[in-house]
Amino acid sequence: MNALWMRQIAAVWRLEWKKTLFSRRGWWIYGLALAPVFLTGMHWLIESRVSGHNRHTLGDDSVAFAALFQFFYLRGAIFFGCMGLFSNLFRSEMLEHTLHYYYLTPLRREMLVAGKYLAGLAAALLLFVGGTVVSFLFIGRHAGAAYTSYILHGPGLSQLEWYAATAALACVGYGAIFLMTGLFFRNPMIAGAVVFVWEGINPFLPSLLQKVSVIFYLRNLAPVEVPVPPPLNLMVIAADPTPAWLAISGLLAVSALLLGYTAISARTAEIGYGE
Amino acid sequence: MNGNLVTFHDVSRFYGEVLGINRVSLAIPPGVTSLVGPNGSGKTTLMNLMTGLIRPTQGEIRVLGVLPSEPEKLCGMVGYCAQFDAFPKGLTGYQFIYSYLLLHGFTAAESAARTMTALERINMVGAAGRLVAAYSKGMRQRVKLAQAIAHDPQVLVLDEPLNGLDPMARAETIALFREWGGKGRHVIVSSHILHEVDRISDQVILLSQGYVVAEGGIQGVRDEVKEQPMQILVRTDRPEVLAARLFAQRGAVEARISADGKGLLLRTRDADATYLMLNRVVLEEGLELESVAPADDDVNSVYQYLIGAEGAAV
Repeated sequence: MNALWMRQIAAVWRLEWKKTLFSRRGWWIYGLALAPVFLTGMHWLIESRVSGHNRHTLGDDSVAFAALFQFFYLRGAIFFGCMGLFSNLFRSEMLEHTLHYYYLTPLRREMLVAGKYLAGLAAALLLFVGGTVVSFLFIGRHAGAAYTSYILHGPGLSQLEWYAATAALACVGYGAIFLMTGLFFRNPMIAGAVVFVWEGINPFLPSLLQKVSVIFYLRNLAPVEVPVPPPLNLMVIAADPTPAWLAISGLLAVSALLLGYTAISARTAEIGYGE
Repeated sequence: MNGNLVTFHDVSRFYGEVLGINRVSLAIPPGVTSLVGPNGSGKTTLMNLMTGLIRPTQGEIRVLGVLPSEPEKLCGMVGYCAQFDAFPKGLTGYQFIYSYLLLHGFTAAESAARTMTALERINMVGAAGRLVAAYSKGMRQRVKLAQAIAHDPQVLVLDEPLNGLDPMARAETIALFREWGGKGRHVIVSSHILHEVDRISDQVILLSQGYVVAEGGIQGVRDEVKEQPMQILVRTDRPEVLAARLFAQRGAVEARISADGKGLLLRTRDADATYLMLNRVVLEEGLELESVAPADDDVNSVYQYLIGAEGAAV
C-alpha cells in the first residue's frame, strides 16, 4: 500500500493536471509550444518541393534548429509557457477563491507544493519536450533517408536526447521559479518580467553573474552552438563553460532550493483572498 | 484540560491597521454555538482563525487542544463550510467531495463510500453527476456542506450556511446541525437569520466591532442584560387585575393591556418576583391563565439590546 504522502501528492496531481493542461486560458501556451512544430512542418513540406541542389543541407538545418531552440524555445516559449503554467497553480486559485479547500485538508503544505509542481511539470514536459522532439524530427525530414541515417547512425539521436533533456531541465528550473512567484506576488507578471530581463542580458553580464541564471546552464547543455552575429558578438562576455554534470546537478539543486522555499512559504501562507 | 473545547485566549487579529477581532477570550463547549453580529463584527475572522486559514496577531487558539498552526492534526477533525461561493473548475458534485477526501488520506474505496454518505445526508445523490458549476445557489451551498461533513469532523464550522437554501433544505440543514450537536460535537454557525439562530443554538456569541459583547446560553445572556427590563406576555381573562398587582411590587416598569383585552405585556426588572406574584394572583383572584411566556429572551431581542441600531442594518 502506498504511503499517505504519496497518495496525497497523487490526489493533488489528479486535481491539478487536467486543470493545468486543458485550461481555456492556456491556449496561448499551446501556441508557443506548437509554433516550432508548425514552422518545421512547413519547412519540411516546402523543402520537399525544392530541387535538390537548392535544398538546405542537414548542417544548415542543424544550426537553424539550434537557433530556434535557443532563441525561441528556451528564451521564449518555455520561459513564458512555464510562467503561464506554474504561476497560475497558486495564483489562479487565489483569484478564484478555491485555495482554501486544500488548506482545510490535513495535507502537509509541502505535499501540496509538490503535487502542484509535478502537475505543472507534467503539462510543461508534454508540451515543450514533445514540441522539441517533433520539431527536431520535422526540420530535416525533407532530406528523407539521409536524415533518418543522420538520426540513427549519426549525431542526430544524441542531439535529440540533449535537446529533450535541456528542454526538460528548462521546465524544471523555470517551473520552480514561477511556482514561487505565483505564491508570492499578487501580479506574477512583474516578477516574470524581471526574470526575463535578467535571463535576456545574461550573455552580456560578467562571467560570475552569468552563472546566477537558468539560461547560462541550459545554453551550455545545448548540443549545437549558435554563433552570435555581429555586432552583438563584441558585447558577449565568454564565461567558462560548465561541464554537463555540473550544469544539470546545479539546476536541479537550485530548483530544489526554490521549491523548498516555496513549501516553507506555503506552510505559513494565510488564506484571506485579500478581503 | 481543554481537550473538549474550542478556546480563544486573548486573541487579536488585525488586517494592517484594521481591527478584525480584539482581545477575544472564549471557551466554546460542544453543541451548537451561533456567532451573531452585524457585518464586519468579526464572525468570519473568528471562524478563519479557528480553522487555521489565518493566524492571530496575538493570543492563542486551540481546537480540542490542537493549535491551528498544525493543519495535519487540525484539519482531520475540523470541517469548514466557508462563505466563498467558489468551486474548483470542471468538477461534478461527486468529484468535488471525493477528490478532497483523497487528500484527507482516505483510500479510493473509503472516499467513494464517504462521498455517497455525505451526498445522501444532504439529499443530493441525484445531482451528484452534474457539474457543480451548473448547480443552483442552494445546491452549491448544500454540496459545500456535504464536503465539510464528509470526513466526519468533530468540529463543524459553518459561515452563513443557510444562505440561499429553500425552506425545506433549510429545515433539513437545521435538523442536521442539531443532530450533529446532539452527538456531543461542536457546530459553530454564523447566521444573520436570528429567529433561526434561536431554533438552532445551545449557546450564542454576540459580536460587535471585533469584540465579544456577550456569550453563553441565550437565557443566561438575556439575564445579564440588567438595564433592559424583562418582558413577559400573559394571556388571561382579567389582565387589569394582574396589571394592578404588578405595580404593587418592586421592579415593575410597565404593564400594557393588548387591544383584544386578553393579553398583558409586563415589563419588570425582577422576573423571578413577577413569576411568584403571578402564581399568587392566580390562586388568590381565581384568574384563568391561557399562557405565560417570556417575550424578549430570544436572540433577536438580546441582539437589539446589546448591539442596537447598528445590528438593525444587518
